Amino acid sequence: MYGIVGYGSYVPRFRIKAEDIANQWGTDPEAYKRGLLLEEKTVPGPDEDTITISVAAARFALARAGIDAKEIGACYIGSESHPYAVKPSGTVLIDAIGAGPECHVADFEFACKAGSEAMYVAYSHVKSGEMKYAMGIGADTSQGAAGDALEYTASAGGAAFIMGSDNVAAEIVHTYSYTSDTPDFWRREGEFYPRHAGRFTGEPAYFHHVMNATNGILERSSMKAEDFRFAVFHMPNGKFPLRAGKMAGFKQEQLEQGWIVNLMGNTYSGSSPTGLAACLDVAKPGDQILVTSFGSGAGSDSFIIRCTKHISEIQDKAPKVRDQLATGRIYLDYGKYVAYRGKIRTNLL
Amino acid sequence: MITPRYHREIPQRYRLEAGKCTGCGKVHFPPRRVCKECFGREFETVTMPTMGKVLTYTVIDIPPAEFDNLKPYVVAIVELENGVRLTCMVAEAPPDKVEIGTKVEMIYRRLQTGREWEVLQYGYKARVI
Amino acid sequence: MREVAVIGVGMTKFGELWDTPLRDLFAIASANCIEDSGVERDRIQSAYIGCMSSGLFNQQEHLASILCDYAGLAGIAATRVESACASGGLAFRSAYLEVASGASDFVLAGGVEKMNDGADATFCLASAADQEYEVYHGITFPGLYAMIAHAHMAKYGTTSEQLAHVAVKNHRHGAKNPNAQFPMEITLNTVLNAVRVASPLGLFDCSPVTDGGACVMLCPVEEAKKLGKPIIKVIGSGHATDSIALHDRPDLTTIPVVKAAAERALAQAKIGIKNVDFCEVHDCFTIAELCCLEELGVFERGQAAQATVDGATSLDGKMPVNTSGGLKSKGHPVGATGIAQIIELVEQLTGKAGARQLLSPSIGLAQNMGGSGGSSTVHILEVS
Repeated sequence: MYGIVGYGSYVPRFRIKAEDIANQWGTDPEAYKRGLLLEEKTVPGPDEDTITISVAAARFALARAGIDAKEIGACYIGSESHPYAVKPSGTVLIDAIGAGPECHVADFEFACKAGSEAMYVAYSHVKSGEMKYAMGIGADTSQGAAGDALEYTASAGGAAFIMGSDNVAAEIVHTYSYTSDTPDFWRREGEFYPRHAGRFTGEPAYFHHVMNATNGILERSSMKAEDFRFAVFHMPNGKFPLRAGKMAGFKQEQLEQGWIVNLMGNTYSGSSPTGLAACLDVAKPGDQILVTSFGSGAGSDSFIIRCTKHISEIQDKAPKVRDQLATGRIYLDYGKYVAYRGKIRTNLL
Repeated sequence: MITPRYHREIPQRYRLEAGKCTGCGKVHFPPRRVCKECFGREFETVTMPTMGKVLTYTVIDIPPAEFDNLKPYVVAIVELENGVRLTCMVAEAPPDKVEIGTKVEMIYRRLQTGREWEVLQYGYKARVI
Repeated sequence: MREVAVIGVGMTKFGELWDTPLRDLFAIASANCIEDSGVERDRIQSAYIGCMSSGLFNQQEHLASILCDYAGLAGIAATRVESACASGGLAFRSAYLEVASGASDFVLAGGVEKMNDGADATFCLASAADQEYEVYHGITFPGLYAMIAHAHMAKYGTTSEQLAHVAVKNHRHGAKNPNAQFPMEITLNTVLNAVRVASPLGLFDCSPVTDGGACVMLCPVEEAKKLGKPIIKVIGSGHATDSIALHDRPDLTTIPVVKAAAERALAQAKIGIKNVDFCEVHDCFTIAELCCLEELGVFERGQAAQATVDGATSLDGKMPVNTSGGLKSKGHPVGATGIAQIIELVEQLTGKAGARQLLSPSIGLAQNMGGSGGSSTVHILEVS
């Protein structure tokens, strides 16, 4: 049996409300909140980035797995906001958690899908017998231009998953990927903010890939929507994952637990991994979970996950996603928000 | 900070590694080459606990330039559960949430951002539990 | 060891001296000092000059040579002394030891700092703390003393208003000192309503950023007698060091290095603190003056604050403290401060302190601190 032996999630404490962003730009807050199904989003602190979020999530994953970090054979961070253009995030991570130096490390990038890629590769290493444990992380401090629709959703957070074969808490039963060259969202070297192709990001990009991946994995596994307790779809806003879930035959109650976007925003590479973590937080032995990520450019990874008896033993060993979303919140006004996100020019460093 | 110094300090800054004198048991953070208590020169590496409390603190309103984007921020002397003390920033702390005796946990944050051409610098901060 | 006397003093005005470069600060102070001493230039054998951070403030090292060159003293043995804000006090001690040892007869002890030269003073001063384990984490110098203040408040009930009394008192003294940077009286409200620097300390709890130079001449008592000078004798010189990181001190309300230096100086002088008539202490921040007085034994621990409020440290108090205005009002060009403290002792002991003159004091003590207590010097001077 191969799968998740430990997982950890990290949610920054800072928040900004959608209405504060709307009011800044003189638009109707209710229209945005209705359109995006989003109340507020997380904001990384001025001392947080993809690396610190990854370290926090990885430490929680280690706490749940109860293993020595030195036993981890590979660490991958998937993000579209790696702090360096050149220099790995993962090297900082392994030295911070005490893994390595005998460890394979790489940074992944595939818009919002980089996190599930990292999980996919980590899982494959373990399944191949190449190593005992491997860790995949999805984390982001997402960028969105000031005044752009993305500004309401681009948020921060992440989740880490340690794959292994002993004491598996959530077995990965099937994987499936669906990918094509679909330029719906991109950022070229030297550009500060990403660009998106408006409504082209919907049907031909998000829904085409998410539905093909989801239908593909269901077909290959001969499973149906009703076989799952939970389903998680990448959450660029509140509406898309709910619509995708319904199109695939899932009911509201299967989608709710992993649907954290209304309180968290879109954590890009951290989005579907954090949604999965929120499901693992409450799953019972035998529960099955379907996860489909989406990354612009474009592609989707789908996983079918089945919880074992060990899931109940590890849930309380680290903070849970919804507890982090509900407690310790510090609300920023728009001025502080743009200062923290480096969106205004100052003489400061 | 220049890269060699940053690299050299990774064990203590990333993982709170201290040096425990094999002679008298005194734990030194940061690690030392000569024991302050017994003049011993043999040490073993120990990892410090991550829970502690604030012994004293201040809210910095006028920082040096490299911390200007964080002002006002709290700096505290924290005593960890093993009795070792260190000076660190208290992340995310609204100034009125910290006082003497406040319980904190050590977390991992970006300590200095520097200029665009410099390396990013990470290490420990405290956070109110 | 020979008995040593101070036979001449000289200083610049303290302040923002925009038109005076670093090198001229010492030139002016040393020329004033040599003139005051009446010693011919070619009899001067050596100089010790305290300066904390000309490298960071002015990008100038190799300081002793350039300062002596511009002071017209090229050729003498000259040494730059650094012990953060105690650099001046340590320069004085170095000069004292050279004369006492018999190695030289006429030695200058000077101090300079040119802090208003474009550098970030907060950054430069912070280099007196532990760079890697204090400053790296965002602490500033006011911040270190603010942490001492919070601990002191928690342990002894010291209040911001009591701290403010220290500033008000020192400005009252400094208003009578023509060399002071801020020679004006202030009110408690000015201090308490000032912009916060590092809570609980506000702007008026802090000594200012200052340019200045100061210089004194030392020689054997025998030579001073030959010159017919009033004999101001150095009867005690103490120096001590401690960990510079505040978090390594067992009690965060104390500054043990001051006590250690004072004990050495008092032992050499064979007197107790009760025999001292007045003192200059290192009031870089209001809380520092209180801690120093408690370390020196002038007051019991936790008592200095109320004693200050009650006027015990005023010009007419039982122990006048910082009659010069202290670092707070006179200004704090860090390397020069320790020498300027000695100058105040000499002026009081020779009756030249003008409007702030005490009634015939005979023994004065100067305490000069490095950083947040990583080093301290204490000197005791007596007029005979």
